[in-house]
Amino acid sequence: MKAFCTLLKNELKLNIRNMNMVIFAVILPLAVLVILGLLYGTSPAAGGVDYTFLEQSIGALCSISICAGGLMGLPLVTAEYRERKVLKRFRVTPISPGMLLAVEFLIYVLYALVSLSLLLLVSWLGWGVHLHGSWGGFALSWLLTVLSTLSIGMMAGGIARNTKSASIIACVLYFPMLIFSGATLPLEVMPETMQRMIRIFPITQGIQLMKSAFLDLTAEPPALPIVMMLGVTLACSGIAVKCFRWE
Amino acid sequence: MEEVIKAENLTKAYGTLLAADHVSLRVKRGTAFGLLGANGAGKSTVIECILGTKQPDGGTVSVLSLNPGKDRCLFQQVGVQFQECGYQPEIKVSELCEETACLYKAPGDWRMLCEKFGLGDKTGAPVKSLSGGQRQRLFIVLALLPRPHVVFLDELTTGLDAKARRDVWKILKELKDSGLTIFLTSHFMDEVEALCDEICILHKGRAVFYGTVAQAKEKSGCENFEDAYLKLSGEEIE
Repeated sequence: MKAFCTLLKNELKLNIRNMNMVIFAVILPLAVLVILGLLYGTSPAAGGVDYTFLEQSIGALCSISICAGGLMGLPLVTAEYRERKVLKRFRVTPISPGMLLAVEFLIYVLYALVSLSLLLLVSWLGWGVHLHGSWGGFALSWLLTVLSTLSIGMMAGGIARNTKSASIIACVLYFPMLIFSGATLPLEVMPETMQRMIRIFPITQGIQLMKSAFLDLTAEPPALPIVMMLGVTLACSGIAVKCFRWE
Repeated sequence: MEEVIKAENLTKAYGTLLAADHVSLRVKRGTAFGLLGANGAGKSTVIECILGTKQPDGGTVSVLSLNPGKDRCLFQQVGVQFQECGYQPEIKVSELCEETACLYKAPGDWRMLCEKFGLGDKTGAPVKSLSGGQRQRLFIVLALLPRPHVVFLDELTTGLDAKARRDVWKILKELKDSGLTIFLTSHFMDEVEALCDEICILHKGRAVFYGTVAQAKEKSGCENFEDAYLKLSGEEIE
């Protein structure tokens, strides 16, 4: 446990020193929020609904940071450590691959958490955004989105041969998920066929879950997306640990 | 005396290149073993096969009666300095030491070790800002940090100045006297002569000599150990 905490503290410091994630996972979503806030203010999302456009977008805004951390940060840092032989050095110490991955995983969970808190705070202060549904439901949807997205990234980083292939994998995962999942463009404006295709991304399901929990849209949480996201989380983290490459 | 490192018929090929060809060696507790050979003779391959970071194509290895490829708890008692040292891009000396020390049950005091190796005033500096020799000393510190029973040092003093080399020898000799087993590779024959109880000379992956420094001189008929090494390794200058 002491080892875990020391590693977490050190790796977090290094990560913040690097600044990439501070920009892409914390500042960028906040900037998008402010732009949306200035554009839409407190206007309702559509005629006849009692929630604002901003309230409808909170789930999607949260996912920007989840995507950046999980699909860019996590795979790239793992691959970089492999290429720079940092993992090789760890290979001849008693540490287990599971612990190493858990440390990196938790770092990006923390980024997503910081981003979530800032988004909620700023949107509440600036435009009176408030939760319509249940905090529990929203928190669980958020957590599920984080876990499933990060585990995909962890798998990509765990098995990528080098930084180059990791960054290709990261781009292939990151940009479609960011652009098409509803994180930047609302899902509802896309053609029917496209909507059906991009519903297979766990992040798409996550955004929908967060949205309905935040706005209190459905009484019963849908079972299928939850099962699917849990499945992705288990499968990907299992593969990441099992097939972990030190070199 | 107990044999701490045992390797039998280690064989490893990269494509058609035989990097290690049926290499066998045994290192007793509290002794220093030197693996010698020209660049590309297979020294690092043998070390990596012993440590399990490379999977040998054939042969068996045990360190402290454990299998390095499988029993990761072995590394509680083993320190390693690789030829290429990997570190996180922005990491500081103190952070790297802390992060390494926290992985072991009973690590040594890294501040004291840094002091001992002349890095006492560098602990706040980024590792990338260190000079080659300072970085080399830092990675020796990291290898000794677990207070290991066995230490592997690949190209121990490459990049060190004369004074630093002597300092490192002195520290290693003291540690050896207190029971540490040392496995090293080196291109400096004075160093090997000063430190090693037994040596093995590799040539194209094969062990061409195995014994003590005195035996090497005797076998080659050379007074000077470096001459003896060149003759035995087949690298003699025409």
